[in-house]
Amino acid sequence: MTPKFKAQAGTFESSDIMVLIEPVSEEAGRQIDISSTVMLQFEDDIKNTINQVLDDLDIQNVHLIAKDKGALTPTIKARVEAAVKRSLGIQEGTM
Amino acid sequence: MKNALGVEIPEYIEGLGELKPFQGVWESIIGDEIPSTNIVRTLKAKKAHTSKLCGDLKEAVQKCNPFDGMTVTFHHHLRGGDGVLMQTIEILDEMGIKDITLASSSLTSAHDGLVPYVEKGMITRIFSSGIRGRLGEIISMGKLKHPAIIHSHGGRVRDILTGRIKPDLSVLAASAADEEGNATGAHGPSAFGSMGYADIDARYSKNVIIVTDNLVDYPCVPGSIRQHFVDHVVKVDSIGDATKIASGTTRITKSPMDLRIARIAATVIEHSGLFKDGMSFQVGAGGASLAVAKFLREDMKRKDIKGSFMIGGVTSYGVDMLNEGLFQAIFDVQSFDAAVSTSVLNNPQHIEITCDQYANPNNCGAMTNKLDVVVLGALEVDVDFNVNVITGSSGEIRGASGGHSDTASGANLSVIVCPSFRGRLPIVKDRVHTIVTPGESVDVIVTERGVCVNPSKPNLAAALKKAGVKVVDINDLKKEVDAMTGVPAEKQLGDKIVALVEYRDGTIIDVIHNVENLS
Repeated sequence: MTPKFKAQAGTFESSDIMVLIEPVSEEAGRQIDISSTVMLQFEDDIKNTINQVLDDLDIQNVHLIAKDKGALTPTIKARVEAAVKRSLGIQEGTM
Repeated sequence: MKNALGVEIPEYIEGLGELKPFQGVWESIIGDEIPSTNIVRTLKAKKAHTSKLCGDLKEAVQKCNPFDGMTVTFHHHLRGGDGVLMQTIEILDEMGIKDITLASSSLTSAHDGLVPYVEKGMITRIFSSGIRGRLGEIISMGKLKHPAIIHSHGGRVRDILTGRIKPDLSVLAASAADEEGNATGAHGPSAFGSMGYADIDARYSKNVIIVTDNLVDYPCVPGSIRQHFVDHVVKVDSIGDATKIASGTTRITKSPMDLRIARIAATVIEHSGLFKDGMSFQVGAGGASLAVAKFLREDMKRKDIKGSFMIGGVTSYGVDMLNEGLFQAIFDVQSFDAAVSTSVLNNPQHIEITCDQYANPNNCGAMTNKLDVVVLGALEVDVDFNVNVITGSSGEIRGASGGHSDTASGANLSVIVCPSFRGRLPIVKDRVHTIVTPGESVDVIVTERGVCVNPSKPNLAAALKKAGVKVVDINDLKKEVDAMTGVPAEKQLGDKIVALVEYRDGTIIDVIHNVENLS
């Protein structure tokens, strides 16, 4: 699937992560930009978690920007999933 | 050579001399003393009825004949609002003085301006109980010529008495002073409370300048610093900003996490066997530490307990507890908000003490040795109960030793309060980045997920369990937290030693290595 809209999920609070999605052209691939307060300790872990959610949702072409303030893995997964579903226009329930 | 905690300590460091390895909390005391040679006071004389007043700080500094390689000292009672240290360094730099040893009782956010002076080699050595901000970063990157020495508050007094620090010039801010140099922080527009850290500088420095924005008629009362130690007096427009002393550390936190940790800690104290009439108590400012005072206050009222004394690190919250009769006295070495100064001035049970009396290991009456309970914070703890309060998660210098190791060593019950992780970084480690307080003097670590009791205190663990406190093995707690956060990748530190952590007895308890890139 390919994101159609700009979308975001999360906050800048401590222990949360802000995820922004920008649509890109088909076959542009994944571009993931991460900044994190725990970059030194968890950069690979955050990247792997994001890629795993994108794999699960079958998103191949996307520009994802993550601004992390030390979110735990389940938080990262939830924020990425919410942002992606908003960008696909398939989110159910309230915004 | 290795110290008692297995840390490799160099025997000698160029520019700092020989080092002694840490052997244990009380190992330096032989009989009733710590063998050492004390320095003698500089003999000073002055003809009758001559004035000490100088037109400005520059004139006063010039009269002290500054020289290359000198040691300049300050107190940090104005904390983040200090305006005197930077003024003095700028004056010395204009005069072309270099190779300076800076020995301030601590360094705060007000001292980031030191960075260019360190980088160009004007300041080549630093002694301090704390180093933060940009200054901490550049020292971590190896920009200071000789390794910085981090001492405790009590250790600093010992450092001066034994000649480890030899003050050539001490520039001491006061919120009120007279023409002879009697000085205090207890009143005046920039009142900051106790002047406890400055006493040892005044007594042993070769040249003492009192700087005040409030020159009062003779005599200035109370004489926290007395005239017979003071060489020069300067009236300036400003000694800094006393409103920046507090920096939000003196109000009870609203953080649910900190409040939960504090509630558990107060329960630990209640069931420690020490919660009874005559109890003495010390608590740090800010976060979970101060919140413990809130719950202890409620518990003391509920059980009608009357304590003996509080020491510190005094906040207006502590003053309220004194005024309610929960404690008989406060011994005040440092006031954590400007409002405390009124109590220092007016309440005879609020007693200003010197840092010597507070925590010096080389005397026979340190208040920390009479302490029942102390509550302290931590940046990291480890499975051996060692505590780090000086380096951050990347190994960078960003904190303060303060009175942490002094109070932990003396107190019957030393309680560390900290969350089990902060912003995904686990606080319980296999080994802390830097040991400031050895596990030997830490009894309990309180987190929101359980209480860890030092295995050396099995009776305490049993008493807490009986009282329904969730006591957990620290190794199990570490595993639980690591499973939630993931195990952080540890950054490789460099080979260069950028700072030494001096234990209160003058031995070296740990070394801090350089950090190559700070993000």
